[in-house]
Amino acid sequence: MSLLVEATGPLLLVQDLGRRGSAHLGVPPSGALDPAALALANRLVGNAEDAAGLEVLLGGVRLRVEDSTRVAVTGPQLGLRVAGRAAAWGSPESVRAGELIEIAAADRGLRCWVAVAGGIDVPPVLASRSTDTLSGLGPAPLHAGDRLPVGEPRDSASTAAAVIPGSSPEVISLAVTLGPREDWFTAAALEGLFSDASDDYVVSASSNRTALRLEEGHALRRRVRGELASEGLVTGAVQVPTNGQPLIFLADHPVTGGYPVVGVVDPADLARCAQARPGDRLRFRLA
Amino acid sequence: MRFRQVGRRALLVELDGDRAVRAAYDLVRRLAGSEVELAAPVDVVPAARTVLVDGVASPERWRSALLGAWEPPDLAESSANPPADHPRAPVTIPVRYDGADLPVVAAGWGCSVDEVVRRHVTASWTVAFCGFAPGFAYCNGEPVLPDVPRRDDPRPEVPAGAVGLAGGYCGIYPTAMPGGWQLIATTTARMFDPERDPPSLLSPGDLVRFEAQP
Repeated sequence: MSLLVEATGPLLLVQDLGRRGSAHLGVPPSGALDPAALALANRLVGNAEDAAGLEVLLGGVRLRVEDSTRVAVTGPQLGLRVAGRAAAWGSPESVRAGELIEIAAADRGLRCWVAVAGGIDVPPVLASRSTDTLSGLGPAPLHAGDRLPVGEPRDSASTAAAVIPGSSPEVISLAVTLGPREDWFTAAALEGLFSDASDDYVVSASSNRTALRLEEGHALRRRVRGELASEGLVTGAVQVPTNGQPLIFLADHPVTGGYPVVGVVDPADLARCAQARPGDRLRFRLA
Repeated sequence: MRFRQVGRRALLVELDGDRAVRAAYDLVRRLAGSEVELAAPVDVVPAARTVLVDGVASPERWRSALLGAWEPPDLAESSANPPADHPRAPVTIPVRYDGADLPVVAAGWGCSVDEVVRRHVTASWTVAFCGFAPGFAYCNGEPVLPDVPRRDDPRPEVPAGAVGLAGGYCGIYPTAMPGGWQLIATTTARMFDPERDPPSLLSPGDLVRFEAQP
């Protein structure tokens, strides 16, 4: 069984739950930007949660299946068509041999995840099939004409029921725990980081899988001058470069960084970062 | 040994100097799995002055376990004489001293190019940590060589195998990428290969010798 990519939209990537345990060798974690959404799509089609699927940026994706199978799409609610018919988002859909799956852009949000029964079966690199856009490990970003091998479906029904879509908030609110370097910032900077609606941050168009970059809002002034020796970074770290504009590290982040990290976004809120579009307003709240 | 909170699932251990970092990195790996609450972290990332313990159920339990078991390394003991039980033999890296920035380093150190080469090739090196790119190892020299400033204008592409100096570190570019280190040599050694186990030729704590090729 294989899947023929007929159109990719702006960026179509193979992702699983990432490449763990090699950060000490300089290898970023990578993996789906919303691991829970990919795991759910996998459960809907009877896969193991960590099977590889596709991460769709925005939409514009067309996939043709060569044999009958089941697929599921999770993430923000969006337009899904199978063989030209409107199909259900967030539930397993049967697709017959030769039929086309089309994924249109959602009204809100940015990324969705496609699971296919059996999982995308490209060769793993360091025990993961994820494309790491920072280091280049894993399969290359997909192109129209690519043929993706699909594994043997497990003889199991879906282990998740249909999904009820969540609502997309007007303003993205992220819970943050302070540290490790909150003491490098002035009291006014920390107050500004958690300030109210009057000066929200705005998601920058230069955001990608490495980091969500922010504009406007409060520039965070430092109390401690001088250079920070590079130190290990976690996914969700809110790092503040010299210009004071915070950025949030996502799955394809470098393993170490030399600017102070003022706080860390709660893992449960990272899914919201995966859906943040350029121009979206964003604020932090103290966890 | 001091601690900083990093979200709900990680802990940053702060240390004084690279020998303490190495000792703490070894201690974390020794404690990993020693009891239920100390299940192996997802990742342990040493750096210049810190060790990040990431992906743990209880950062608080790790903190008390590390404090309880911590013995600061004897500062008098020179890292030129590594402990006899060092788990791995030194990794030898064949290099050609043909780097474009040798004259810059020589000028900075106030010596000849030949003397730069002599100091680099006779020093023994230890991998302090990896970062920047998969397989890029930051190595400390013994004896410690003078600091080298980064280039003001980083090169848009440094070739794979280029050996550079920056700050007090020596590093080898595993793949072609932009870079600002002062280049002194090149190697044909494959620094990173995902098909190999471990994929990185150099891991934190490894001893490294450079061997001059004609």
